[in-house]
Amino acid sequence: MRKHFLLWGCAGVIAVAMVGCATAQSDVDVSRQAAAVLKSSFKANGQAGLDRLDQDETQRLCTQYANKALPKDVAEMIEKLNTASIKWPADGKWLGDWKNGERIAQEGRGKQFSDDPKGPVGGNCYACHQLTPQEVSYGTIGPSLYQFAKLRGYTDETRKYAYGKIWNADAYSACSNMPRFGHSQILTEQQIKDLVALLTDPDSPVNK
Amino acid sequence: MPATKFQGSARAAFGFAVVAAIAMSVAHGQVSTVDEIARYRAALQDGNPAELWEARGENLWKSPRGPKNVSFAACDLGQGPGVVKGAYAQLPRYFADADRVMDLETRLVYCMVTQQGYTQPDAMKGPFGGPGNKSDIEALVAYVTSQSRGVKMNVPLAHPKEKEAFALGEKMFVYRGGTHDFSCATCHAEDGKRIRLQDLPNLMTVAGAQKAYTTWPAYRVSQGELRTFQWRLNDCFRQQRFPELIFTSDASIALTMYLARNANGAAFDAPAIKR
Repeated sequence: MRKHFLLWGCAGVIAVAMVGCATAQSDVDVSRQAAAVLKSSFKANGQAGLDRLDQDETQRLCTQYANKALPKDVAEMIEKLNTASIKWPADGKWLGDWKNGERIAQEGRGKQFSDDPKGPVGGNCYACHQLTPQEVSYGTIGPSLYQFAKLRGYTDETRKYAYGKIWNADAYSACSNMPRFGHSQILTEQQIKDLVALLTDPDSPVNK
Repeated sequence: MPATKFQGSARAAFGFAVVAAIAMSVAHGQVSTVDEIARYRAALQDGNPAELWEARGENLWKSPRGPKNVSFAACDLGQGPGVVKGAYAQLPRYFADADRVMDLETRLVYCMVTQQGYTQPDAMKGPFGGPGNKSDIEALVAYVTSQSRGVKMNVPLAHPKEKEAFALGEKMFVYRGGTHDFSCATCHAEDGKRIRLQDLPNLMTVAGAQKAYTTWPAYRVSQGELRTFQWRLNDCFRQQRFPELIFTSDASIALTMYLARNANGAAFDAPAIKR
């Protein structure tokens, strides 16, 4: 309601006199203009179409609150919305093959306009996380996941959390920096199970 | 060409340095990895092949070109016709003749069209070079930016269109999209973060924006090319899984305005050299 009031108020000022409207331009208007300019500044290339600039509700809200504290009710709404999107494994099994999981964690290709649409799609986990101690080239945007299950326990609960977090990180932490790998169809259910194994299989080097 | 040979051997030598640095870091652990990468970066500063692009760009700037066979002598980068000294440190800016905020690349294209007689598509052709396909724009940018080395960044924010571009760039910086929900801020809003071993500047701080912005354009050792700020933005969006940023588009200029203005007060220090 408040946004509408501001817009009408601005229109009213234009009707009377142009003066003052520019300075009174609301934050919402600037955001809207920025989105419009962005859409006219890109071209489709390969598998990356212009629809990638269209925001879903989560992206829109996370953009809106990017430089502000996320209100509790908005955070809860985003988490609820994303929790509902998680598709749990039909066979009730969490663990895939940790060796495949390691390959998926290393693989940085996938979904870029420069990538072969038929080529591999990885999770690129090492870009942001420490995982196995053997891989020293890891990023620090996300927390270290070394000894993930050794510290949390080799339990169904730990595995369910890992699966859900990889499927849709915003279900656990609204506006997470982490992509929603299952929700956004970046990784398949089997690939996510392989990553769960990398994190929670006692034989995985992550837990050594 | 001797230039190609030099680049090839330089790349091989730097490539060896990377392998050596990583091999040593495996032996010594994480602290040592950071040390070795720092040493590798320091070694890069010894000789910068960007000078080859600067020399070619100076020649392009001073030679008659295009259907009208004129040089850039009448091209006004904001400091008067033909003046390159210190011009880049005050870009992007509003240009009354075009009634638009322009960054350097956009202004070069504008001069090529309005003064040298190129068509817009021809002037925009080949903004980023590849093997056997050198970019004139990259060379011109290398030359013009080299003439601002040591000059303090002083990007104006006086004209309403300059203010508008800055405000839009600020919003675009946090715009989430694509398959991965990434915005610029995903990687560039915290101090001391890395992707793999690559340090990420926090572009939301003055110090971070200054350090990053004043070191572009740069010769990229891994690519054997000199890369401009337009390229930097284009490749960031590629990795963000966005579609392709259009060369000299309004969004590219707005984001450049936001980052360049935030770098005000720092001495410009490019063309630089990066991994």
